[in-house]
Amino acid sequence: MHRYIPHTEEEIKQMLQEIGVSSIDDLFVDVPKTIDGYNIPEGRDEFTVKKIVEGLAKENVHFEPTNVFLGAGVYYHYIPSVVRHMASNPNFVTAYTPYQAEVSQGTLQMLFEYQTMMCELTGMEVANSSMYDGASAFAESLLMATRITGKTKMLVAESINPEYRTVAKTYTKPQGIEIVEIKYDETGRIDLNILRSSLSEEIAAVAVAYPNFFGVIEDLKAVREVIPQNIVFIVVAEPVSLALLEAPGKFGADIVVGEGQSLGVTPNFGGPGIGFFTTLEKHVRKMPGRIIGETKDLEGKKGYVMILQTREQHIRREKATSNICSNQAYIALINAIYLSTMGPQGLKEVAWRSYNNAHVLAKMLEEKGFERIFKGEFFNEFVIRVPDNYREKWHNMVKEGILGPIPVDRVYKTLGPSALACATEVNTKESMKKLVEVMSK
Amino acid sequence: MTIFEKSVAGRKGYELPVYDVEELTCEIPQHLVRKEPPMLPEVSEVDVVRHYTDLAMKNYSVDRGFYPLGSCTMKYNPKINEDMAALFTDIHPFQPRETITGAVKLMGHLKELLCEITGTDDMTLQPAAGAHGELTGLLVARAYFEDKGELEKRRKVLVPDSAHGTNPASAAMAGFEVVELKSGEDGCVNLDELKTHLDESVAVIMLTNPNTLGLFEKDILKIAQMAHEVGALLYYDGANLNAIMGRTRPGDMGFDIVHLNLHKTFSTPHGMGGPGSGPIGVKKHLAPYLPVPVVRKTESGYDLDYNLPKSIGMVRSFYGNFLVMVKAYTYILTMGNKGLKHVSDMAVLNANYLRKKLSKLYQVAYDRICMHEFVIDNEEFAKKTGVKTLDIAKRILDYGMHAPTVYFPLIVHEAMMIEPTETESKMTLDKFVEIMEKIYNEAHSDPELVKKAPYTTPIRRLDDVTATKFPVFRFKK
Repeated sequence: MHRYIPHTEEEIKQMLQEIGVSSIDDLFVDVPKTIDGYNIPEGRDEFTVKKIVEGLAKENVHFEPTNVFLGAGVYYHYIPSVVRHMASNPNFVTAYTPYQAEVSQGTLQMLFEYQTMMCELTGMEVANSSMYDGASAFAESLLMATRITGKTKMLVAESINPEYRTVAKTYTKPQGIEIVEIKYDETGRIDLNILRSSLSEEIAAVAVAYPNFFGVIEDLKAVREVIPQNIVFIVVAEPVSLALLEAPGKFGADIVVGEGQSLGVTPNFGGPGIGFFTTLEKHVRKMPGRIIGETKDLEGKKGYVMILQTREQHIRREKATSNICSNQAYIALINAIYLSTMGPQGLKEVAWRSYNNAHVLAKMLEEKGFERIFKGEFFNEFVIRVPDNYREKWHNMVKEGILGPIPVDRVYKTLGPSALACATEVNTKESMKKLVEVMSK
Repeated sequence: MTIFEKSVAGRKGYELPVYDVEELTCEIPQHLVRKEPPMLPEVSEVDVVRHYTDLAMKNYSVDRGFYPLGSCTMKYNPKINEDMAALFTDIHPFQPRETITGAVKLMGHLKELLCEITGTDDMTLQPAAGAHGELTGLLVARAYFEDKGELEKRRKVLVPDSAHGTNPASAAMAGFEVVELKSGEDGCVNLDELKTHLDESVAVIMLTNPNTLGLFEKDILKIAQMAHEVGALLYYDGANLNAIMGRTRPGDMGFDIVHLNLHKTFSTPHGMGGPGSGPIGVKKHLAPYLPVPVVRKTESGYDLDYNLPKSIGMVRSFYGNFLVMVKAYTYILTMGNKGLKHVSDMAVLNANYLRKKLSKLYQVAYDRICMHEFVIDNEEFAKKTGVKTLDIAKRILDYGMHAPTVYFPLIVHEAMMIEPTETESKMTLDKFVEIMEKIYNEAHSDPELVKKAPYTTPIRRLDDVTATKFPVFRFKK
C-alpha cells in the first residue's frame, strides 16, 4: 500500500482472479527481467522528502528582487498575488491537452483569450497557444520562413540573444539552413549598410530583436525599408516593452516571437517560461504549434476548439509544420491572468517605470564614470564598459545581496570588458544607489 | 463571456508600489512610440478572480476524476510536488555559479536517478517536452554519425506505424528520411518487415516499448541486435515507461538513446498541455554530443559542463523546465526503489483488469495480456449500431468521466485507447465499466441518444469542421 496507490491486498487478489492469472509476475511474461529493482534509495515519507528538498533550496542564494539588476532574457517584475492564486486552481494545473473540447472549455477559452492578448501586444493577426521558450520560438520562426519562401538563407542580427542564436543553429542545421549574422553598429542597432549589402535573391528572412540583447531599440521602420517585401521579416520582441513601443505588426513584421516570462512568471531558474509565436493570417498554415479557434456547439452556443490540426504531427506525421506537441499552456494561463490584471494601463506603467529606472540608473552609473557603450536609445537594459576585474567584483556583489549587471564580454568578445545592466519597476531609488555605490568601490 | 467583454474602460485590477524615482522624459524616437494601447481587459481584481474561477470550473482534470487517456499517463499529481517546486521560483538562471549550488545539485541527483532508472550512462535535462527530447535525441544521433563520417549514407529513420505522431515529425525535423514499419499481425514489430528495410542506410530505429497498442515488443533483444549489426542506433520513446519500472531498463534492452516524459511517468502535472520535460539519456558513445550544459559530478559536488566540443549545441535556453525537474525529483524520492516497481505493477494490473472486464462487451484489438494500456476496436460495433468511437467518448463525458484517447493509434480504426494508471482504485475502474455497459446498451436501444451526446457538459458537441474552414483566431470587438 502506498498513499498514491489505492490497491488493498484483497483488491489485488480479486483483480488477478478476474484477469485469470495467479500473480502480478504473470502479467510481465513478455518482459525480459534485466534488474531486480534499482540501485536507488527506498521511498521516504513526506516530512523527510520535504527536508531533503528544502535543504537543497537553502543552498541557493535568494536575492531581494529590488536588488536584482540582471535581466538578459529573464526579468523580475512585480507579480500581483491574484496571479498565483488563480493559476493554482487544480482544474487548470492537473488538466491535459484539451482533446475533449466539451469538458475543456476553461482551457480553450483561456488560450483563445491569451492568443488575442498576444496579437494585441505584437500587432499581429494570429498567435499560437505557445512554444517552449523564446529561443525555440525563434528557431521555429526560421524554419517557418523556409516553408514560406522555399529559401534557406537567413540574415540574423548578432544583437539577438546569444542563446536564441545558438538554439536556432541547432534547430536549422539539419534543414541545410544557412544563418548569416549581421553585425551591429555604434548605436547597438543592426548595421543597415551591412544588412543592405548582404541581401540577395537567396534570402528567406531577416531577423532582429526589439529591443535587442543590448537593450537597444531597433528602428523597425528603417529595417523594413531596407528589406524587400518578399523577404520574411522576423521580430523577436520583449512583450512588456510593447506597452511602450509601437507594435512590430505596424512595421510590416511577418512573424513576431519572443519569451513571455516577463508577463507574470517568476524566473524559475530559467524554466518553465514560455515562447510566444504570432504571425499574419496569410502565413497561418505554415505556422508551428497548436491554435485555438472560436466555434459553435450544436445548439448555437459559442465555444472553443483546437483548429487547423491537419498541420500537426498527430495527423501529418513527418510532413507536419513542427514536432511540437506538449507546449507551455499553463504558463500561457499565467500570462493571461497577469495581462488581465494589469490591463493596458498597468502594463504601460510597468513598461514606463522599467524604462525610467533603467535610464536613471544609466545616468547614475555614467556620473561615476561607467560609459554606456551604445548610443542607441534603450528600453530597460543597457551595456556599460567595466574594469578588467569586473567579473570578480560581480561575484563579490553577492555578499552585499546584489545581483549585479552580468558580464557579457565572454560572448561579445569585441566589446571588451562590459556588462549588461537591467532595471525594472521592482528596483527602487535606494537599491539603485546601493548598486552604484558597490560598483564604484 | 470573454474577459474582453467584461472589460470596462477605466477599471483596474492592479496597484504598483509607491514610486519615488525622478521621472525623465521619454527619449524613444516618436515613430517607435506606441500610438494605440493594446486592447487588454480593464477589469478589477475580483473580476479576474471570478473569470478564471469560472473558466476552471469548465475544465475536467485529474483532481476531479478518472482520466483514462491512453498514452498520456494521467496519474495523480501529488501535492508535495507543487510545494517543493515553489521553493525554487525566484532564482535567476544567470546568477553566479556559487549562488545556485542547490539547484545544480538537484539536477545532478535527478540525472543520476534517471540514468539508473533508464540504464544509460549520461543525460541532458534540457528538452522541454517529450517531442523536444525526441528531436534532441535524433540530433545527437545525427552528430554521432556525422562525426563517424557516415551521415551521408545513413539517411533513414525507421518508425513503426504504431508510433506516436511526434516520432516521424521529429525525425523529419532532424533531417532524416522517415520509413514506416508496418506492424505485424500480433501488433508488434514484424522482424521480416524490419529486415527488408534494415541496412547501412538506416541511422535510427525509433521504438516505443511497450508500444502504443499496450503490447511489449517481445522480440526487443533480437531487434536491438539486428539494429546494432548494421551500425544503426536504437531509440526509446519513454512515454510508456510507466509499465516496466523496476523490472527492466531501456538501456539493458539495447537502446542507445532514451527519452523520458517527466510529466507522465514521474507524476508532474500536465498543465493543460505543458510544461513538460523530456530528458534524454544516452549510452557512453553518444555522451559527447549532448546539448550543453551537462550537469556532472565533480570532486566538490556538481557543476555545469559547457566544454563539449562535439555537442549539438543547445535545444532551448538555460537548463530546461527546471521546476518540472523538481517535481519529478520529489516524486522519485517519495516512491523510491520498491515504490516505482509498485507503480508499474499496479498500472499493469489496472489495465488488464479493465481489459478483461470491457472485453465482455467491446472488442479489444489484441486481447491478450497487455501492459499499462490497451486498445478497443469499435469498427464492428460502429457498423452494427451506427455509434462511432467519438460518440461513445462524448457519452462518457455525460456520465462524469473523461473519455479515453480516440482514433489513436491510427492502425486501429475506431480505436479507443485506455490507460487507467496505477493511481485509480478498483472502485473507480468498476464505475467506468458500469458506464461503458450503459453506453453499450444505449447504443443498441437508442443510438441517436449516444450520437448527440454530450448533454450535461458546459457546452454541447462542438463544430470543429467549420471552426477550421472559417477560422476565428482571436476575439474582436
